[in-house]
Amino acid sequence: MAQNGFYMDLVRCTGCKTCAMACKDYKDLPTDRNFRRIYEYAGGDWKANGATWQNDVFAYYVSVACNHCAKPVCLENCPSQAISKDENGIVSIDEAKCIGCGSCKDVCPYDAPQFDAASNKMSKCDACKDRTAETGAKPICVEACPLRALDFGSIEELRAAHGTLDAVAPIPLKEGESTEPSIVIKPNPKGKPSGDKTGTLANPLEV
Amino acid sequence: MDRKTDSGLLPLSRREFLGTAALASAALAAGCAPFSSTTPKSGSGSTKVVWSACAVNCGSRCALRIHSRNDEVVMVETDNTGNDEYGNHQVRACLRGRSIRRWINHPDRLKYPMKRVGKRGEGKFERISWSEAYKLIGDKMNEIIAKYSNEAIHVLYGTGVDGGNITNSNVPYRLMNACGGFLSRYGSYSTAQIAAAMPYTYGGNSGNSPDDIENSKLVVMFGNNPAETRMSGGGVTYYVEQARERSKAKMIVIDPRYSDTAAGREDEWIALRPGTDAALVAGVAHVLISEKLVDQAFLDKYCVGYDEKTLPASAPKNSHYKAYILGQGPDKTAKTPAWAAGITGVPAATITNLARQLGTLKPAYIVQGWGPQRQANGEMNSRAIAMLAILTGNVGINGGNTGAREGSWSIGGEWFGFLDNPVKVSIPVFMWTDAIDRGTEMTATRDGIRNKDKLSVPIKMLFCYASNVIANQHSDINRTHEILQNESNCELIVGIEQFLTSSAKYYDILLPDLLVAEQEDLVLHESAGNMGYTIMCQPATTAKFERKPIYEILSGIAKAVGAEQHQKFTEGKTQEEWIEYLCAKTKERNPEMPSYSELKAQGGGIYKRLAPEKHVVAYKDFRDDPIANPLSTPSGKIEIYSERLATLAATWELDPIDVIHPLPIFAEGFESWRDPLSKKYPLQMIGHHYKGRTHSSYGCIDVLMAANPQEIWINPIDAEKRGIKHGDRVRVFNARGETRLLAKVTTRILPGVTSIPQGAWHNADMFGDKIDNGGCVNTLTSPRPSPLAKGNPQHTNLVEIAKL
Repeated sequence: MAQNGFYMDLVRCTGCKTCAMACKDYKDLPTDRNFRRIYEYAGGDWKANGATWQNDVFAYYVSVACNHCAKPVCLENCPSQAISKDENGIVSIDEAKCIGCGSCKDVCPYDAPQFDAASNKMSKCDACKDRTAETGAKPICVEACPLRALDFGSIEELRAAHGTLDAVAPIPLKEGESTEPSIVIKPNPKGKPSGDKTGTLANPLEV
Repeated sequence: MDRKTDSGLLPLSRREFLGTAALASAALAAGCAPFSSTTPKSGSGSTKVVWSACAVNCGSRCALRIHSRNDEVVMVETDNTGNDEYGNHQVRACLRGRSIRRWINHPDRLKYPMKRVGKRGEGKFERISWSEAYKLIGDKMNEIIAKYSNEAIHVLYGTGVDGGNITNSNVPYRLMNACGGFLSRYGSYSTAQIAAAMPYTYGGNSGNSPDDIENSKLVVMFGNNPAETRMSGGGVTYYVEQARERSKAKMIVIDPRYSDTAAGREDEWIALRPGTDAALVAGVAHVLISEKLVDQAFLDKYCVGYDEKTLPASAPKNSHYKAYILGQGPDKTAKTPAWAAGITGVPAATITNLARQLGTLKPAYIVQGWGPQRQANGEMNSRAIAMLAILTGNVGINGGNTGAREGSWSIGGEWFGFLDNPVKVSIPVFMWTDAIDRGTEMTATRDGIRNKDKLSVPIKMLFCYASNVIANQHSDINRTHEILQNESNCELIVGIEQFLTSSAKYYDILLPDLLVAEQEDLVLHESAGNMGYTIMCQPATTAKFERKPIYEILSGIAKAVGAEQHQKFTEGKTQEEWIEYLCAKTKERNPEMPSYSELKAQGGGIYKRLAPEKHVVAYKDFRDDPIANPLSTPSGKIEIYSERLATLAATWELDPIDVIHPLPIFAEGFESWRDPLSKKYPLQMIGHHYKGRTHSSYGCIDVLMAANPQEIWINPIDAEKRGIKHGDRVRVFNARGETRLLAKVTTRILPGVTSIPQGAWHNADMFGDKIDNGGCVNTLTSPRPSPLAKGNPQHTNLVEIAKL
């Protein structure tokens, strides 16, 4: 089976959220469903020295959709077998089978599954698989990125081009065994390793 | 991609142009089905795709490809032409443009003409017909002109529709000029101080284009934050990143906020107190001079007033820049790094290190945003920052810059003409409330009135188009509210808007506008580096309800004023005929641009062209040959010491704290961090541009508001003292008012400083407690103008914050 995945360049990413808003437009999502979430990770301290200040402040952004994991823990935990993984490795939810219990959201280390209050079902990023299949286009978020910080394609090729880093603080959001996310990250120069405690998630209201 | 390097033209192949603009139904026939099953809204009918633009005032301008079905917009894409190679890249819209469907389809959009029935600011209106609206406006305009003269009419500042040709917030100029003229304004809320000040130094306000950073060794962003201001994928932030990837230039960001332009990409962040930019520059200059790191040959050849050698004869002894810095001038104070540290909050060692980098890493792209100039002492700040480029000889060379805002190449698009204004007198853009309140007291030397010693009449009529200035973007909303309550002062306020904004509540007549996306126009690029472009826009849907395009509205008003005025305004042309004319004129200068009829047949399109000279280098001719190509300053040189400013300083009526000076010195100005008022209101408050809005445009779009909550930035040290936690709702207040919003407790801002993202929609009961629940920064900002430009000092404020 092939496996497609996302690449994100966190040197380029300014946290502008265009990816998320393009997704919201294309998928017609309301305010409370975010197939892409942009995490602001920030930290550092200030020290006064007379009238002057010194600091070691840092901040950077991480844009996360669904990582279409090689070991999708959402799929394993779905009680109604509503989640499947297709021939390109894309993990998606079959609304007809979904009972909206939220088990997938509870276990996903990336908060990818999002509850749809209108239909009482779970929903999430499917890497725009209809769009990509029909037109050969990239997912809408990738084509939207003003800074060309996102890409999508064969994870093997992305890893060959950009390395194998697949985690950076603050992701994954949950500790535990890796779900083998299909993502390649080029870290920000101030990037901190996954599990870092020197910073905090600085925009919890937005994700 | 083949490039015609001789002409610099970047030809889009005809296929690229056609293929992307075609109707999807045509694409289906060609064997691909772009959006047949994945459009967000169900329903049958073929999908129409047209080109349009996001035409708000961010300083970028982006292409949109709007998908509609059954005359309803269903989805938005952006530029998809070419292979997106840098230099022929796609002009990709940011999050705002990508959300425009929710603006177009917004249920709160105005639908009918209305007249006010309650008090100004109350928001009570009743529906009227278009013919009634035209008659009311025409009759009253004629009455005002007869009674007070055309000087009593003012077209208020506004930028809610920007970059279009017909669809442009300034297009009412043309109506008023057709009707005998109006009291005009100079400057803008974006750039009042720098636009007034920088020409005293350079004769202009130009900068190198940001693509030129590929030739730089160092980038110094002085209060410049393109990642949150010019966010387009064909705009400045894209160029800065791409060019730095090529040159590997170091980047130093100087800003009280750790901006998203920094956010890990910076080599160094220097956090200074707002309003102290000129002090930081003076400290740097002290090191450059004392360590002999200045470019003395450049200063001798190209500049006036650096030292005794080039000081004008009219200037007193020791009034040159070097004397000021070294403490040999009248203030006898050496501007050492230690001196600057005490004012700016920046450690002396950091200042010294900054100076050494500036003195050795060349070329350096030193660029300022418009935050430092939007201060009580903003004119001085902007000229001071330019000194860094001048002292180091970075002016007029590739990879360098002037210290002004980044420049942009222009394809030379044709603009819809505004006709000549027979009324020559003008006011500073920021002073219109004064011109209503005390118009005839306003003079040239005290209030900056131009082309007349004093105003003859106060403003009796305001005409507003896409201008949320009255009660959102102008300083001190509560003051403006009081001034406008007396309806015998400003007798008529007419506005054309898309929403009932807080400002629109003050209009006497309120008319419903169309978006650019709903009409034909020729939109031109704005700050776009070295790749210019134009977007020919086609309507995505028909006009809904009784909304009309601006051209038709203004034509209707002109007709109600008189037949002759109508003829002057329209010249007998329809909007489409004007666009055809503007396309033809633009094509004259861009022969490879498709014609109007070709573009129209394709559903509009984008035409791009790369600058022939590759990078824009400001004042290159002057640098190459200063005798043959003098600057437009009186001396023809860079005027570090300006005799013109010395004259103004000697002749204008100024409060002692409002300083105009021939040199770019540090003058603290009013409401600084050391002002006695800081005992009561101890926090400095600035405003930053927010990603979810352009000023107040897009300020009511739900997904943008949710993704970009309205929060005041406050350092944990200041928050802890006040018991404030991240996400708490707080009250922010000073003597001018109170606003309420969430607290973003973050280390990303200097202690003692707070910042409210500007442009949030004001939401207060103006006939009750006047407390703003929308987090609108201008509840708190000062109406006091800056000394030289009489401009808006909206980042100079003292406030206190308390948890609610």
